[in-house]
Amino acid sequence: SLKSWKEIPIGGVIDKPGTAREYKTGAWRVMRPILHKEKCIDCMFCWLYCPDQAIIQEGGIMKGFNYDYCKGCGLCANVCPKQAIEMRPETEFLSEEG
Amino acid sequence: PVNIKQLAQEFDKKEIGITQGHRLCPGCGAPITVKFVMMIARHLGYEPVVGLATGCLEVSTSIYPYTAWSVPYIHNAFENVAATMSGVETAYKALKNKGKIPEDKKYAFIAFGGDGGTYDIGLQSLSGMLERGHKVLYVLYDNEGYMNTGNQRSGSTPPGSDTTTAPVGKKLPGKVQLKKNIVEIVAAHENVYAATASLSEPMDFFAKVEKALNFDGPSFLAVFSPCVRFWRVNDDKTVEISKLAVETKYWPLYEVERGVYRVTRKPRQFKPVEEFLKAQGRFRKLLSRPDAKEIVDELQEYVDRRWERLLTLEEVTKDKPIR
Repeated sequence: SLKSWKEIPIGGVIDKPGTAREYKTGAWRVMRPILHKEKCIDCMFCWLYCPDQAIIQEGGIMKGFNYDYCKGCGLCANVCPKQAIEMRPETEFLSEEG
Repeated sequence: PVNIKQLAQEFDKKEIGITQGHRLCPGCGAPITVKFVMMIARHLGYEPVVGLATGCLEVSTSIYPYTAWSVPYIHNAFENVAATMSGVETAYKALKNKGKIPEDKKYAFIAFGGDGGTYDIGLQSLSGMLERGHKVLYVLYDNEGYMNTGNQRSGSTPPGSDTTTAPVGKKLPGKVQLKKNIVEIVAAHENVYAATASLSEPMDFFAKVEKALNFDGPSFLAVFSPCVRFWRVNDDKTVEISKLAVETKYWPLYEVERGVYRVTRKPRQFKPVEEFLKAQGRFRKLLSRPDAKEIVDELQEYVDRRWERLLTLEEVTKDKPIR
């Protein structure tokens, strides 16, 4: 929810860092990355290259994707040396999520 | 040097400096460039302070009321990111002299500019910054055109590329001039560290960022940063195209430290530059022209000569810094 003009700091200053996180770019996605964990070797290439920091990893172990921000570019699937990431059309997931 | 796995372990929870939710195109090279630079700066214990020239990166990360930066950030205008960061660095020095900033805090002043803000519009302020010797790392993300405003020709656009202001038509084969050699221009300021980097060679990239940040003076990093939208390639091709650029001598990886040249990657086998052109839609019209071979051969000859020249420079400048 956007602030009214009376609530905005003088000069339109943004007074909190990293507020872009409130803007979910996942809605842009046309193709969805799917992880096949059995093929994954946790090389972290996907994490390194993801332009949107949408790879979830813990201590260097690949956990999955942050679909709130993933724009579906498919770069992760392309740099993956083991083809452990598959890009599927977003339409396939429409029904299960209502 | 740090490896990818170690970086991943370090940054699984830690802030990088640029956040999610920025509105750069899917697959854009610019946020990857920023990530690489910021992670290495943070890893080395620096607090990054960022300045941005006007461009894709700036407009997409600072759309009101949002900001995708979690570090001190300043944007001023298109032509003066180097001048602005000079001021930031000088202000820091003044405050430090007055004892208003803790002695033990290490800051890294990093300017990001696209090729428009570096090769053309911001060249004068960049030159000033380098000449005055401000300790700023200037990172150029080179996407070879004014992509933010819709693919206009810049001083960095390669010959034969199809842009709206130098279209491939019946008379002209797109842009007819060669790309400006920005690293040479920067290196000519002598007391600088200048290098090229590619997203496809992360270890080489990291080493150069480290060297640049630890360099006692201004430093410059030219990063080959594909624009998937106007290079007419698929969203997932950013790294692939970068790799091809290195393998075809189109984007040689080297550094110049106070006049001393060092070629940092010497592929054993090279591919013809035509493969680099064929992989991108922006050259499709060029390649279907009857005089395509002539133009491709000319570019091939140029990259070959430039490569030979670099190797020679490496040899003759060895251990002979100019300052």
